[in-house]
Amino acid sequence: MSTTTTPRVKPFWPPLVAGIVLGLALLLTFVLSGHGLGASGAANDLVATIGLQVAPEATKAHAYLGPRVEEGNPIDSWMIWEIVGVAIGALVAAFMAGRFRIQLDGERSVGSRSRIVKALAGGFLAGFGARVAGGCTSGLGLSGAAALGVAAFVFLGVFFATGMIVSRLVKGV
Amino acid sequence: MFPLNDEGMLSGLLCGILFGYVLENAGFGSPVKLSAQFRLRDWAVFKVMFTAIVVAAAGLWALRFFGYLRPDSIAVPQAALVGAAVGGALVGAGFAIGGYCPGTSVAGVFSGRIDALVFVAGVVAGTAGFSALYGATLKSLKAAGLLVMGDTFADAYEVPDAVMIGILVAALVAVFLLGSWFERRKGGPVTAEEAVAGACQTS
Repeated sequence: MSTTTTPRVKPFWPPLVAGIVLGLALLLTFVLSGHGLGASGAANDLVATIGLQVAPEATKAHAYLGPRVEEGNPIDSWMIWEIVGVAIGALVAAFMAGRFRIQLDGERSVGSRSRIVKALAGGFLAGFGARVAGGCTSGLGLSGAAALGVAAFVFLGVFFATGMIVSRLVKGV
Repeated sequence: MFPLNDEGMLSGLLCGILFGYVLENAGFGSPVKLSAQFRLRDWAVFKVMFTAIVVAAAGLWALRFFGYLRPDSIAVPQAALVGAAVGGALVGAGFAIGGYCPGTSVAGVFSGRIDALVFVAGVVAGTAGFSALYGATLKSLKAAGLLVMGDTFADAYEVPDAVMIGILVAALVAVFLLGSWFERRKGGPVTAEEAVAGACQTS
């Protein structure tokens, strides 16, 4: 809340600069791994890992998680390591630019209880939807579009149209 | 010849660190900045995504053209268009309600946002919920609307890659022109100071 003790906040990168660097990072990812960047796949690997701990036999026999578990230890996956990297990269960037601030963002605009409920509900919808689509904004939208996949553009179009409509009905932050 | 198909820890960490570093520097750890795209006040999400798509698509095309990339070696999402549309609607609704998508919520957590941590918990719960409900219905929904000809525009509609990239470049220019016009009319993009201060009553 207080603005008196905060360090100097550096501006965000211009979108063109951020886009070029992100495009080069995505290209490097394709060259190294054969696939693009992602995020929701790591959540699935985490769910498979928890499943193996809690109910190993049921997880191995599960129609959706079983094939994933057969591929190898889901916690030691490229996608999990990538998300660990995202965490490190974001933390370094936020600290270097004086933009790290512990806060419940949206608390002042919609109230803390409403904000927590909306963040949880929004996360649930996004997590569920990403499994239906076979990826999220980064894995299917960004990476799939760079690979010129038809599904990526369908995803991005419907994603944005729905977001515009819902953001007029519900104030998320 | 590329790709190296390196699925190891260092490959994942390196790509992730670059991804997270750009996401935060673009302002995508902030739900205020991200949500402002839906209200057309801040077009950074579109500008950054379109630029990245064009750079990566053109780079892949060039690597292939000069023989550094094996043909058909890059992962392309399966063209199950109904599944992609239904999932896209759910992710879009979740983004509007929660303020993030799965990737940006990680950038949100590591720029100090507790609401982003709650969103991440929701993503894991939603992912687990999908597995719990997985059966014939969800399986067929995932695969619904599959294009039989192929997954890319070249395979499915016989649009050459170079033509698609040209269309994307034109769309990129349009996004920058249109976006900047909207940003001027709607009170400009969300600045780093505004984003760090958090959402307030008026925004």
